[in-house]
Amino acid sequence: MNFQLSEEQQMLADSAKRFVRDNHDVEKHRQNKKLMPLDEATWAQFAELGWLAVPFAEEHGGLGMGPLETMVLLQELGEGLIMAPYIATVVLGGGFLRHASEAQQAETIPSLLEGGLQLAFAAEEYERVFTLENTAMKGDVQGGDVVLNGTKACVLNGDHADQLIVLARTAGQPGDKDGLSLFLVDANAEGIERIPHRTVDGRQGAEIRFSNVTVAEAARIGELDQGYDIARAVLLEGLLALSAECAGSLAVLLRDTVEYSKTRKQFGLPIGKFQALQFRMADMFIAMEQTRSLLMAATMKLAEGHDDAAKAVHAMKAQLGRAGRKIGQEAIQIHGGMGMTDELNVGHFVKRLTAVDGLFGNADVHLMEMARSA
Amino acid sequence: MDLRVPEQEKAFREEVRTFLEESLTPEIREAGKMVTSVFAPVKEAMAWQKILNQKGWAAPHWPKEYGGTGWSVTQRAIFAEELVRAETPPLVPMGLHMCGPCLIGCGTEEQQNEYLPKILNGEHFWCQGYSEPGSGSDLASLKTFAEKDGDDYIINGTKIWTTYAHYANKMFALVRTNKDGKPQQGITFLLLDMDLPGITIEPIVGLDEVTEQCQVFFDNVRVPQANRVGAENDGWTVAKYLLTFERGGQEYAPGLNVQLEKIRLMAEKQQTVQGPMSQDPLWQHKFASVSADVLALEFTEMRIKSALSAGKDPGALSSMTKILGTELLQKVTELRIDTLGAQAAIWQPQALVPGAEQPVIGPEYALTAMPHYLNSRACSIYGGSNEVQRGIIAKAVLGL
Ligand SMILES: Cc1cc2nc3c(=O)[nH]c(=O)nc-3n(C[C@H](O)[C@H](O)[C@H](O)COP(=O)(O)OP(=O)(O)OC[C@H]3O[C@@H](n4cnc5c(N)ncnc54)[C@H](O)[C@@H]3O)c2cc1C
Repeated sequence: MNFQLSEEQQMLADSAKRFVRDNHDVEKHRQNKKLMPLDEATWAQFAELGWLAVPFAEEHGGLGMGPLETMVLLQELGEGLIMAPYIATVVLGGGFLRHASEAQQAETIPSLLEGGLQLAFAAEEYERVFTLENTAMKGDVQGGDVVLNGTKACVLNGDHADQLIVLARTAGQPGDKDGLSLFLVDANAEGIERIPHRTVDGRQGAEIRFSNVTVAEAARIGELDQGYDIARAVLLEGLLALSAECAGSLAVLLRDTVEYSKTRKQFGLPIGKFQALQFRMADMFIAMEQTRSLLMAATMKLAEGHDDAAKAVHAMKAQLGRAGRKIGQEAIQIHGGMGMTDELNVGHFVKRLTAVDGLFGNADVHLMEMARSA
Repeated sequence: MDLRVPEQEKAFREEVRTFLEESLTPEIREAGKMVTSVFAPVKEAMAWQKILNQKGWAAPHWPKEYGGTGWSVTQRAIFAEELVRAETPPLVPMGLHMCGPCLIGCGTEEQQNEYLPKILNGEHFWCQGYSEPGSGSDLASLKTFAEKDGDDYIINGTKIWTTYAHYANKMFALVRTNKDGKPQQGITFLLLDMDLPGITIEPIVGLDEVTEQCQVFFDNVRVPQANRVGAENDGWTVAKYLLTFERGGQEYAPGLNVQLEKIRLMAEKQQTVQGPMSQDPLWQHKFASVSADVLALEFTEMRIKSALSAGKDPGALSSMTKILGTELLQKVTELRIDTLGAQAAIWQPQALVPGAEQPVIGPEYALTAMPHYLNSRACSIYGGSNEVQRGIIAKAVLGL
């Protein structure tokens, strides 16, 4: 067992730490929230720093790194609440591209690495509790083509993506793992309507409506009706990345709260001297450490391909949801009125954690998934 | 002990229902449905107060001679329940529930004649100037200073978290008039106009990106001594009297029940692979757990009301309902976003403004869930934080 970062991983962490320190604070976050589309300059910097290349194979111009490096990078970026669509484009999008055909890869990866192409995974649907097999959106097989009809909800980066990875049901019923297929579709294809919206954490997403969108066989990722395994493998990495980012956010919330409790005085004492608050901050610390442990468990198990990797990822996402709630709520409460303002860090991190908990299945969903996975 | 409802109370409930049915305008109803806070959109809330006032029902809890209704405790509870059930916008409480009762108890006759009618008809819109940047839970440490000058006081300092100061034309404030001795003993209760020279109001943006609170600055603001309620340096007594109204007599259970019913309907719409979420045992367990707590609170509140109508002082029990009510409200708003998953994260505050033509993205019933969740984090902070309330119970009830 070795929990130390390699030299290369440490360098990645250091560069991300520097980036956050030099570029990001609440004021910057507030400005970014107003931008539609997102801050292009940051994305270009990401490309320059090589971060977009992290999970891609060297033969594609990537760095050939894996889940460990993604975790290291995102934990640091999470501390800066950086809004760049890294998870949508690089982790999820890139994850799907690894399973794509050579032609699809050749067409997309080079421009993605340069920062010129953004992706989005269109999976969630309204009024359907998220699990991959619960997908209902229809893809009708017509000869070699598939015709997509239906609506995808809350698609991260969906407003800004150039290409969409669409999860649709080409056979069977919601609940069946068979019958799901994946397609790489031009986001501006005929029949696609995008309704952009903000999300509570200041990011951007979209509702995406498909009416008779015809996709050719060449646009499919993987086999027809056999998309589940690919989608699941990529989703696990996406959940890992989201959790890594949010573990960084937990750390900031705890740090800020402890700091505030040392300086804020009431009844002649720093409020951190009140045992009622001390014990709760101690519990926040414990919840954060438990999240970090599950994050490491999930990352290493996934990177090393252990049989129970999926279970660990579900445990981690569930823990993230629960710890995020607890730590977020306590952080606001202990900050008193200040915690309720847009001015402080606290609220922005809390909103990020709240949004992420709901995304791709909340804590309850993942506890059930954990219970079900072997 | 008996739970059956007497006939005359049933008739009263009918009367209230009919009135609500007939007098709620579509705009007021819509505003009531959009509420994500204990405060409603101001314009509609004030319009609703006017309608209630014409009927003589704006302040049922006031004594009849001052414009109240003379209803029994039970009738008031029925009325409050029906308002909540019809999802009317809550009335702004600072005048009707705080300043008004306080003036009835501690004000002079001139003050009562001058202010009470205008509180009822909405001409005076009050805000509460207590908290300061350095004084929150420890309110007695407040520093805003009022210095005597002829017939006036001259005020310097700042107030913060003043809810709706940007709408208010009146403030009731606590100011320091004596810097020596025990901090509680040098505080004075004053009424003042918000448009006086020397007052500046700076809005504060909240987590939900809405401005409910403000910071108010006083730079040599001149207020006549006649605007003092109670004796000089005796403002703490007046404030404590007011506080029994701010905290006591609040009912959370009826509103929580309405929210729970909404959540149950939402859960019927959300599909899992086994069918609607409302049939999922895990969800059912969570829902039942909160529902049991709400039922218990409902009866705790009834027990308190019963004690009140028997003329007893609920004392520290109001701390208990404050803790329970606010924490259950937070749990309910949490259950609601959990029932909605990612859909709850769609952020469209512009669609919450009454009369907005903005089409709603996603299911309409999801619109208020997230703003309400975020806003409700404040209710365990204001009105004396829940830590402070627990301290009161420990001391006053348990003798610790
Ligand atoms: C939405 C909102 C509306 C408000 N409206 C008004 C208004 O209209 N007018 C007005 O005057 N004020 C208003 N307030 C202010 C409110 O009354 C204060 O926020 C509250 O009293 C807490 O004070 P604080 O924010 O300074 O927190 P602090 O007093 O700094 O407390 C910070 C944390 O420390 C805890 N703490 C403090 N002392 C102790 C202790 N002895 N033991 C254990 N824990 C302790 C608190 O519970 C809290 O968790 C409002 C506040 C909010 C959030």
